[in-house]
Amino acid sequence: MPEVLLETRGLGKRFGAVVAAEDVNVSVTAGEIVGVIGANGAGKTTFCNMVTGYLTPDLGQILFRGKDITGCTVGQATEAGIHRSFQIPQLFPGLTVYENLLLAVGVFGHRRPPWWQPLVRPEVENEATAIMERYRIAESATTRVDRLPQGVRKLLDIAMAMVGQPAMILLDEPTSGISTKEKFDVMGNVIDALRKSAATVLFVEHDMEVVGRYADRVIAFREGRVLADGTPGVVLEDPAVIEHVVGRRPGRAPDA
Amino acid sequence: MTLLRRVRLTTAGIAVATAALLALWPLLPAWAAHTVGVSLGGGLVVLGLLILIRFGLVSFGQGLFFAIGGYAAALANQFLGITDMLVLSVAGIASAGAVAWALGYIVRGHRGIFFAMLNLAFSMILFGILAKTVVLGSTDGFSVGVPTLLGFAPDPEAGRLTFMLFGYIVVFTAVVAWWVDRILASPIGYAGQGVRENELRLRYLGVSARGAVHIAYIAAAKLAALGGVFTVLLIGHVTPEDTAYWTKSGEFVFVAILGGSGNVAAPFIAQTVFELVRTFALQYAPDAWQMLLGITLLLVILFLPGGLWSLADRLRGRDA
Ligand SMILES: Nc1ncnc2c1ncn2[C@@H]1O[C@H](COP(=O)(O)OP(=O)(O)O)[C@@H](O)[C@H]1O
Ligand SMILES: [Mg+2]
Repeated sequence: MPEVLLETRGLGKRFGAVVAAEDVNVSVTAGEIVGVIGANGAGKTTFCNMVTGYLTPDLGQILFRGKDITGCTVGQATEAGIHRSFQIPQLFPGLTVYENLLLAVGVFGHRRPPWWQPLVRPEVENEATAIMERYRIAESATTRVDRLPQGVRKLLDIAMAMVGQPAMILLDEPTSGISTKEKFDVMGNVIDALRKSAATVLFVEHDMEVVGRYADRVIAFREGRVLADGTPGVVLEDPAVIEHVVGRRPGRAPDA
Repeated sequence: MTLLRRVRLTTAGIAVATAALLALWPLLPAWAAHTVGVSLGGGLVVLGLLILIRFGLVSFGQGLFFAIGGYAAALANQFLGITDMLVLSVAGIASAGAVAWALGYIVRGHRGIFFAMLNLAFSMILFGILAKTVVLGSTDGFSVGVPTLLGFAPDPEAGRLTFMLFGYIVVFTAVVAWWVDRILASPIGYAGQGVRENELRLRYLGVSARGAVHIAYIAAAKLAALGGVFTVLLIGHVTPEDTAYWTKSGEFVFVAILGGSGNVAAPFIAQTVFELVRTFALQYAPDAWQMLLGITLLLVILFLPGGLWSLADRLRGRDA
């Protein structure tokens, strides 16, 4: 019986009159790849924010590996093993791709040096290089992040989140801003790399073909509530989901 | 150039500069030795600013900690009869460290102009207190005796600036600069770049931006205090105006911009240039001093935004 990694019980969050989460009960098993869908404003990002300690829920509980982490800080959630990438990549714009990873590995990687020792040493450099290769961004190593195309930023953002080798990663719209043609490439790379790291994945995605191809399970949000939760076949065909989320019949992923 | 090579190069540079200064002592006229000592003292304050600048912060109130260091040493000397320069230095560093630790809880949540101005506010409060405290000589300040080192007292005939004090300042400063260079290249120093570039990402890398700022703030304060101790031991006198007054804090920021934040050597080079120019300007064109400062600042910002240190990079054909 695989371990239940993440469990939320009755999560609620309001911003003034806006209901961003209401009675959200989600449970994710170790090794799963969960797709999260929902229209803009459905509360997907809010869910990621609460689970990673960036926002404190008004109501409910968050359990990670059976431990209550409700109300913990971002640092504590990160320490516990939940990391995330962002809808808008959060990087160090004035530094190069390589320096971004060096910084991340140096302050957070498992082979980080003691805090008073020079950070650049072979084991840190090698790890930063290995991560660049794993996410196929090594060609951009010496490019400053503020001059990168969106697709590479997205990949770097995910690579940065994976530096600490988390047990679970939340990807907030990993393919937004990437052309439809490239989406499958990018997502394929990412899912490959994440499988190799044995991370459990929850990804927010608007493209139903991408969801259908990569998710083992799909959760649909609507106005802060879970509208449907199940296998892609069931959820993507659910009339309520089609009406409120998909807005059309789900297409089939191209056979590539 | 890799970071590790740069750290090694800086270490070698510091070692050479230290040896050269010690060897030059017999040849240096008194005014020159005094200028070196005072420049190292001021340079330490600016080195603290360099750390803050790497964190994306600037303080317009480092005079606060410069004054705390100077006054702590002077007080320990006058009221407790302590003459050992090592003990006086520790007194200065510890006092500033304690104050910065407490004030750090206020400033660490602020960035940009608020961080800069909060520090200015603290320094003005201290200035006001010092200037009104009669037992400390109010605006006139008070004098400090000739320091000793580990039981050795300098020849009473030799005056204030002896090889003992000069060598102590040179070696202590060198060790501190070497240490700061390593720290800037370490995880905590890199975390500073993270604070400057994107705090949210840094938090998601398990680093508390506020905590990192707090540590940098305390470090900068200790450096400023040590600079204050050295300056007071060299000059033999401490006043509020020469330490805590806002123009002094402004001067340190000026020198920080003049030198640039490219290397730990930059603050000391810039402070030396500053002291030399001031010495000559005050002698030959006392009315033009402020204008000279203004023009220099203008030229540096327009043509040398990386400060004097970036000249070295340009000459080398920068590869870092
Ligand atoms: N920090 C915030 N302050 C105020 N309102 C917010 C905040 N974050 C999200 N919201 C609101 O909560 C709702 C859900 O937002 P979000 O979780 O970002 O949706 P999604 O990611 O599904 O598009 C939206 O109406 C949004 O405007
Ligand atoms: Mg969102």
